[in-house]
Amino acid sequence: MCGVCGCGSETIGEAHGHDHGHSHHGHSHSHPHDHDHDHDHDHDHDHGHDHDHDHGHPHDHDHDHHHEHAARGDIHYGQGPAGSHVPGLSQARMVKIEQDILGYNNGYAAENRAMFEENGILALNLVSSPGSGKTTLLCRTIADLKDRHSIAVIEGDQQTSNDADRIRATGAKALQVNTGKGCHLDAHMVGHATEKLEPAEDSLLFIENVGNLVCPAAFDLGEAAKVVILSVTEGEDKPVKYPDMFAAAEVMILNKIDLLPYLSFDVEQCVAYARRVNPGIGVLKVSATSGEGLEDWYRWIGDRRQSLLAGRVARLESKLAALRARMDRA
Amino acid sequence: MHEMSLTEGILRVLEQQAAAQGFTRVVKVRLEIGELSAVDPESLRFCFEAIRDETVADGAELEIIPLPGRAFCVDCGKEVPLPHRFAVCPDCGGGKLQLSGGDEMRIKDLEVE
Ligand SMILES: Nc1nc2c(ncn2[C@@H]2O[C@H](COP(=O)(O)OP(=O)(O)OP(=O)(O)O)[C@@H](O)[C@H]2O)c(=O)[nH]1
Ligand SMILES: [Mg+2]
Ligand SMILES: [Zn+2]
Ligand SMILES: [Zn+2]
Repeated sequence: MCGVCGCGSETIGEAHGHDHGHSHHGHSHSHPHDHDHDHDHDHDHDHGHDHDHDHGHPHDHDHDHHHEHAARGDIHYGQGPAGSHVPGLSQARMVKIEQDILGYNNGYAAENRAMFEENGILALNLVSSPGSGKTTLLCRTIADLKDRHSIAVIEGDQQTSNDADRIRATGAKALQVNTGKGCHLDAHMVGHATEKLEPAEDSLLFIENVGNLVCPAAFDLGEAAKVVILSVTEGEDKPVKYPDMFAAAEVMILNKIDLLPYLSFDVEQCVAYARRVNPGIGVLKVSATSGEGLEDWYRWIGDRRQSLLAGRVARLESKLAALRARMDRA
Repeated sequence: MHEMSLTEGILRVLEQQAAAQGFTRVVKVRLEIGELSAVDPESLRFCFEAIRDETVADGAELEIIPLPGRAFCVDCGKEVPLPHRFAVCPDCGGGKLQLSGGDEMRIKDLEVE
């Protein structure tokens, strides 16, 4: 995560009586990372800092740290200024770039994904419009699965720690990330949140994104899959009105089906719309409050987890085999 | 969507490139933005003009090259134009389309000094 950490647009609450001083900043990773961090950690973090990562320029901007929200090490992001201007003279030339604008996000996402896979953590990115029932579904899922799995949750909202508080009430570990003005979580935020949260090996990590059917679609967090939740009160045409989100998701959860008798929501039409933008999308019909259909959701999670673990076992076995071969030779 | 954070991403790349390639000022930035990418070019331009100053791109011009939507039709076995993400194949009317272009968000090149 921190190998290319810009951190210019980040503020992290310092009033937490916690491990601030940017120790979470990757340079003392407490969770089992396996990628190489080969930069020096000579930050003194009174924010005149000279990161010497490949970001290049001296950061001379002010970090306007927020000191509110002392609860539980939750993270709050504000708006950061861009970089500094160095005036100079030379003649004009062309420079080829051919870089994805989201390249910086995708770099962090790739690191998160490698870390999740290495540690057998099934990370699911839950996306939806506000109020579809993400937190309700998570609370219920945790209650039903906590004896079978270790579960941790990253909660993304612009403001408040309400959702993380609701999750903690179930007994699961949760960390709130407040994005401030930001309309989505990005991979950088999730990397830092994961460091603080320290999900167990072979656990489930749910990431509840900011309620927004548009922006989170474009930001890979390193998750194994995006899960889009659509509640039946929102109308069956959402998949074609907000196609990017449904195109990016592996599965669509149709929530609040207990309300179908009171609505004129056309389930088949909704599924047809979703398949139009994403022919391969899975569909699960559930009620997070009545519990109807949740077994299908748990089976889906179980299958996803099995294949993740199978991959991990295969990797470990090949490592072991290589080690044995070396031992035989010695 | 989130044009502001995209613009911050662009400026971040420019700052990195300035350090790596030894230039100090960007005169012009050329982007390739797919028509299905959910980026609104006008809003991107607005954001860019709002935050470019006092960066390496102070006063820089922004050129946006639109790229059309394209998809591979599984039934026809060929690439077809895709005006919207949820459009059907213009040839067979089928819906088994895999996006193959038009979601780009790329910095193509820069004019620097
Ligand atoms: N009838 C019914 N209500 C539900 C169901 N799931 C959630 N709700 C209600 O929907 C409302 C919103 O639920 P939340 O879980 O807060 O939704 P959310 O998606 O987490 O909301 P944000 O995080 O604010 O975007 C609450 O009043 C829930 O009780 C369901 O399956 N059936
Ligand atoms: Mg919620
Ligand atoms: Zn947005
Ligand atoms: Zn066709």
